Amino acid sequence: MPPKQPLRRQSVSVGRGTRKRDEDSGTEVAEGADEWAQSKATVRPPDQLELTDAELKEEFTRILTANNPHAPQNIVRYSFKEGTYKLIGFVDQLAVHFSQVGNLIPKDSDEGRRQRYRNNLVTGSEESAKLVISEAEVVEEEDEPKEAEAGSQTDVPAAEAAEKVAEELMTPKQPKERKLTNKFNFSERASQTFNNPLRDRECQMEPPPRTNFSATANQWEIYDAYVEELEKQEKTKEKEKAKTPVAKKMGKMAMRKMTSMESQSDDITKVTQAAKIVERMVNQNTYDDVAQDFKYYEDAADEYRDQEGTLLPLWKFQNDKAKRLAVTALCWNPKYNDLFAVGHGSYDFMKQSRGMLLLYSMKNPSFPEYIFSSESGIMCLDMHMDHPYLVVVGHYDGNVAIYNLKKPHSQPSFRSSAKSGKHTDPVWQVKWQKDDMDNNLNFFSVSSDGRIVSWTLVKSELVHTDVIKLKVEGSTTESLEGLQLYTVGCGTAFDFHKEIDYMFLVGTEEGKIYKCSKSYSSQFLDTYDAHNMAVDAVSWNPYHTKVFMSCSSDWTVKIWDHTIKTPMFIYDLNSAVGDVAWAPYSSTVFAAVTTNGKTHVFDLSINKYEAICNQPVVAKKKNKITHVQFNPIHPIIIVGDDRGHVTCLKLSPNLRKMPKEKKGQEVQKGPAVEIAKLDKLLNLVREVKTKI
Amino acid sequence: MAEVEETLKRIQTHKGVIGTMVVNAEGIPIRTTLDNSTTVQYAGLLHQLTMKARSTVRDIDPQNDLTFLRIRSKKHEIMVAPDKEYLLIVIQNPCE
Repeated sequence: MPPKQPLRRQSVSVGRGTRKRDEDSGTEVAEGADEWAQSKATVRPPDQLELTDAELKEEFTRILTANNPHAPQNIVRYSFKEGTYKLIGFVDQLAVHFSQVGNLIPKDSDEGRRQRYRNNLVTGSEESAKLVISEAEVVEEEDEPKEAEAGSQTDVPAAEAAEKVAEELMTPKQPKERKLTNKFNFSERASQTFNNPLRDRECQMEPPPRTNFSATANQWEIYDAYVEELEKQEKTKEKEKAKTPVAKKMGKMAMRKMTSMESQSDDITKVTQAAKIVERMVNQNTYDDVAQDFKYYEDAADEYRDQEGTLLPLWKFQNDKAKRLAVTALCWNPKYNDLFAVGHGSYDFMKQSRGMLLLYSMKNPSFPEYIFSSESGIMCLDMHMDHPYLVVVGHYDGNVAIYNLKKPHSQPSFRSSAKSGKHTDPVWQVKWQKDDMDNNLNFFSVSSDGRIVSWTLVKSELVHTDVIKLKVEGSTTESLEGLQLYTVGCGTAFDFHKEIDYMFLVGTEEGKIYKCSKSYSSQFLDTYDAHNMAVDAVSWNPYHTKVFMSCSSDWTVKIWDHTIKTPMFIYDLNSAVGDVAWAPYSSTVFAAVTTNGKTHVFDLSINKYEAICNQPVVAKKKNKITHVQFNPIHPIIIVGDDRGHVTCLKLSPNLRKMPKEKKGQEVQKGPAVEIAKLDKLLNLVREVKTKI
Repeated sequence: MAEVEETLKRIQTHKGVIGTMVVNAEGIPIRTTLDNSTTVQYAGLLHQLTMKARSTVRDIDPQNDLTFLRIRSKKHEIMVAPDKEYLLIVIQNPCE
């Protein structure tokens, strides 16, 4: 189109021209804004009219009207009516600048309707494809419920409805798809700027050192932390308080030094406790059946045996070091019921060697808990009631010694010597007494040299006092110079009364038993002609205050009432009796051991004349049993022989019979009952005797 | 010190004992009478089990503490005695 093109070219050229200028001015602008301030220089064309100044200043008025300047001003037309030319007054001023034939057809015209019909056909074929898409879109886009409904409806209805719905669907979309951009209003212009290249800058340091830490927070950890805190607080309190006694502080310091030293020493020592426990466990496993028997076995056959009982052998305790030595003393610990002490020595006058003190626990039958050895044989021992860690022993050479189990030494804590008044003959028995008035430890010893000595531990030294000298009555003779000589009896056994503190019994080698008092040193309260041979043991009844028992190598065991000179009961056991012991649970039960290896258990309430149990206990008949002891709590006894073995036996139920429960009455247990029981028996005997 | 050594020796020579070992608080065996691989295995496993057992006992009552642990199996019995820092393990074949 010619009229358009020159316009375009002009615009383009103008555009380019302006661009160039812009570019030039752009660069100039960049340098300085002063250029704009300057006026533009006008350029004169060469063929311009040259006018005078007056003519230049002349004013020409111009009027803007709506008239078409090109329209003719006087149009004449020939009128045939008048036969002349007439002037048309009204001149058409319309000037058409531009006309173009368009291509719009009205809807209602033929052509329009035909086109519409053709359009519908085209859209109908496209419908199916578009429907699927629309359905998919509807399923995905749940925003518009209308569309959803429409989508669901398309499955069911007739084609017409589907077409309508499709049209409805399509109409909102058509404007989207055929967005008509007006050529005159829209012009797209794009420009691209330079994108700065992106650069990464990183800086990495060395990571800080890391370690894994994990811990648990249990209830016991919290508890431990609190306990520690408490201990610290207590320590600070102690420090504040213990400022005055400097000695104590020094002691504490020494203690602390000791503990710190110990912690630095070899690690293996810390396993001591655990090792002990494990050793016991291992032993328990090995002797499992024995342990079970000890706890639970009750001989069922006793029901049928009718008043007879048996002794069930449990553990056997022996140690290589004490193999050749005879068991000379047995004692249960008053506090720990599974611990007992065994004293080893020799009864043989000719063969005297060293002695040993072993403490065993029933929990570990294979090895003793404590071992002490001494130069001279141990003949007797006793454990303190209140201080169960103190053991006093009497030696064959006449010395007495005290061992402290708390301290790790293998030597006795205190020892008597010739200077401090030891016996000149073997010490046959020692017994702890109650603390004296100054709270000093106190014990008695009896020996063949005829002295009964009271030893007191005063400020870590043993001080002795002769209590009584056993004079044989009727043997005082007058010698030259008027001195009174007397033969001294040899004491072999003694026992203190349970309640009357000052009264005690002494058995001698001559077979006599003297009743003495601690206060009277020269006279005996009473004398009993007990036996024909040496008295091996005397023992008060644990319940009845009047009854005591004695045994001797003359094969007899005798039971006495201390108010009566003759014995109540006499038992002949066919062999020298080594030891007798009352049972702690009944006033009528006692055990006796003989040198032929048998143990006899008597229960006076069942059978007054015979033993209810008569059992060889040791393996070889040659072994002589030397001592017997009842355990204070458990129904077991320990028996020691002259080969150094200690056997532990369990008493069968028949041997520990309690009085039968009468229906409706409560079983009375306690000393009163026991006393009454024994009293009954004694009364029977006394009646018989009086009758005689 | 000699006492502990003696005790351990006695345990080892006791009837039916297959082996003994001492393990420290981290589960590393210090002293053993068995071969290395067995020891390491026992130490690792029993250490964990003992910790768990101890934790259980103390959780129930914080004033209580584990004295020992016995595991009896068909072939033998494993006994573990924990201490403050150490663990003593003994494997015994109880005579049955």
